Amino acid sequence: MDNGNIIEVKNLTKTFGKFTAVDDISFSVKKGEIFGLLGPNGAGKSTTLRMLSTLSRPTKGTAIIGGFDTVKHDMDVRKLIGIVSEKMIIYNRLTAEENLRFFGSLFNIPKDTLSKRIDELLELVNLTKWKKAQVGTFSTGMRQRMNVVRALLNMPQVLFLDEPTLGLDPQSSVEIREFVRKLNQEQGTTVIITTHMMLDADLLCDRIAIVDHGKIIALDTSTNLKKIISGANTMIIKLEIANLTPDMAASIKTLQCVDAATQENSTQLHVIVHGEEAFDSIIDVVRKKNGKITSMANLQPSLEDVFLHITGHEVRDSADQKIKQEHGPGRRFGGTQRRVR
Amino acid sequence: MTAQTILKHSLRIAQKDLMELFRNRLGLVLLIVMPLFMMVMVGFIYPSNGASINSPIAIVNEDAGFHNSTLPSQTFITVFQGINNQTGMMTLTDASSLAEVKDMVQRGELGGGIVIPSNFSESVFSGLQGTIIIVTDDSNPQIAQMIQGVLESVFDSMGTMQAQQQLQAANPALNASTALAVVKPYNVQTQGVVAGSPSYFDFIAPGIMAMTVMMSVMTGLPVAISQEKEIGTMDGMMVAPVNRLSILLGKTLAQTGRGLIQGVIILALAVGIFGVAIQGSILLVFALLLLGVFSFVGLGIVITSFTKDQETAQMLMMTLMFPMMFLSGVFFPIQQMPWYMQTISQFLPLTYASSALRKVMVLGAGIPQIANELIILIVFGIVMIAIALPVFKRMMTR
Repeated sequence: MDNGNIIEVKNLTKTFGKFTAVDDISFSVKKGEIFGLLGPNGAGKSTTLRMLSTLSRPTKGTAIIGGFDTVKHDMDVRKLIGIVSEKMIIYNRLTAEENLRFFGSLFNIPKDTLSKRIDELLELVNLTKWKKAQVGTFSTGMRQRMNVVRALLNMPQVLFLDEPTLGLDPQSSVEIREFVRKLNQEQGTTVIITTHMMLDADLLCDRIAIVDHGKIIALDTSTNLKKIISGANTMIIKLEIANLTPDMAASIKTLQCVDAATQENSTQLHVIVHGEEAFDSIIDVVRKKNGKITSMANLQPSLEDVFLHITGHEVRDSADQKIKQEHGPGRRFGGTQRRVR
Repeated sequence: MTAQTILKHSLRIAQKDLMELFRNRLGLVLLIVMPLFMMVMVGFIYPSNGASINSPIAIVNEDAGFHNSTLPSQTFITVFQGINNQTGMMTLTDASSLAEVKDMVQRGELGGGIVIPSNFSESVFSGLQGTIIIVTDDSNPQIAQMIQGVLESVFDSMGTMQAQQQLQAANPALNASTALAVVKPYNVQTQGVVAGSPSYFDFIAPGIMAMTVMMSVMTGLPVAISQEKEIGTMDGMMVAPVNRLSILLGKTLAQTGRGLIQGVIILALAVGIFGVAIQGSILLVFALLLLGVFSFVGLGIVITSFTKDQETAQMLMMTLMFPMMFLSGVFFPIQQMPWYMQTISQFLPLTYASSALRKVMVLGAGIPQIANELIILIVFGIVMIAIALPVFKRMMTR
């Protein structure tokens, strides 16, 4: 706490049987920071979040939040935190007010204070009109807003968001992002967010930890992470070949100067390359195979590219088809990932 | 975390659960319909002594007569028909032969038959016993048994009456009651412990009550908890500074409440519609139901700890419910079962709860008469909770 860190994670590990979901990770989060955990499903983000929010007991290592150990002083930690997860924590058969009153009462908030806070929170997310309506009748966006304010009942110092925009339409996603930023700026709430959406991480987070296979493989600001690419004599090329064949794509991927390549659609390749002859080498290969290059562009690096560059596989590989999440082995996306290096 | 806070939180959770329950209209209707079905089905299908024999009974007179006289068989049939007309216990028809009776039973047109064999009159005139054959439908043992019972007792009293008359004719000095005493020296009377004649409903109502209330905890608890885990709302309670015990206690309270509501509904149905009389103290009835719940809480928690999702919980519930239902003497008396089943039944708390409840409701028993059951239920409850709490704690902090 002295050094301004509200969260200190040391050697945190979680195993389920033989499967290691979170593998010896350490990091710290400053007070008032928006901290992102970015990675594909099964990378261990949610498990990390569950350990930090006292929902799961670490196999090894410690996490300190606001000076309290999440295992030894779990009750104290719980008073400081709020959690918004992709599974909405609200009861459909209760009204908006009843939901908030129930969860508020679990925090021992005095009745009058609670009533006032419920009104304020509902006002904050424009749900005052629906105070007496059962949540089951709400739209998904409305329910997610309910879900977010529910986590704010105890005015948490640390707010955990686990894939908060999953399954939301772009409009609602923007609303949630704006809301989180406002909360962070006005209340100074520290926010830990897990996501596989590059956009969420890029737009929102002060610092981003890229997580893969239970390990943090990079941790920095979005700008610095992108510098990994631009600083390393690396370029991102968007290549459009009218008559692209699998054989041609494979030849490009095996080029020595190519770090990683993904095929966007039937004519487009997204290639990360290094070295000065990269352009020439690619053009040579395409020519040799009688390919017709219709366009070739040098792109600004995105977080996606950073991820691809570091891990050699895509974040989106399995993330788009988020299946029922189980906290155990088997949710690994291993089978679907494509190694292109 | 004080005991007061734990209790306060659990009450809030119970209140929330019941609020959800009352908002679920269909669920509420089923809450009433389920026990009603159970009572109606079991109560009406199982034939009680008061039930009437619906299928007709055929009379076949094959009597060949003796010296052209078939008087004995004709008298027998006339007297029997007279009795039947008075009591209206069954419909009688005629059939020509035993073969026809068999054929009609096979077709399902007859419930059984009475056959007077060809040598009937001959035997009677020769001073021998007249044989009467009762034909029954073997595919329906319960009805067959009933028909047999009724006919045997009717024929028996017809015989007694005839013997009495013959004795008086031979010895006019005897009056009617003395003659009867000679023919049938023992007058057997049956009397229950309580007044009135309890029906099968009186037998099953306490059992169904005990079962419904206890099952609601044993099976409702795992379902309620695994459902919240599955939806994700359990996390909402777990990240609040709430003792895990409060969650468990709150859920248990809500399920107990639900079970008791169902228990009251069953009681109301039993008394109001099925004419069940409660002989003992109604307070004791509720105390017993609560004790039953207590004895099952531990078991419910253990099951909760081992079930990961709602589907498993529900399947487990079905698996446990059936043996429990049939082995605990809820529907059929335990004494009817083979010894090994009786042994299993002795390990089921439901056996003791339904037995105690039956003693109180049907026989008007008080606490001293059910002391054994009470002790067993209390001990079982304490032992199970002692096992369950550590198991549950481990599950929650996985």
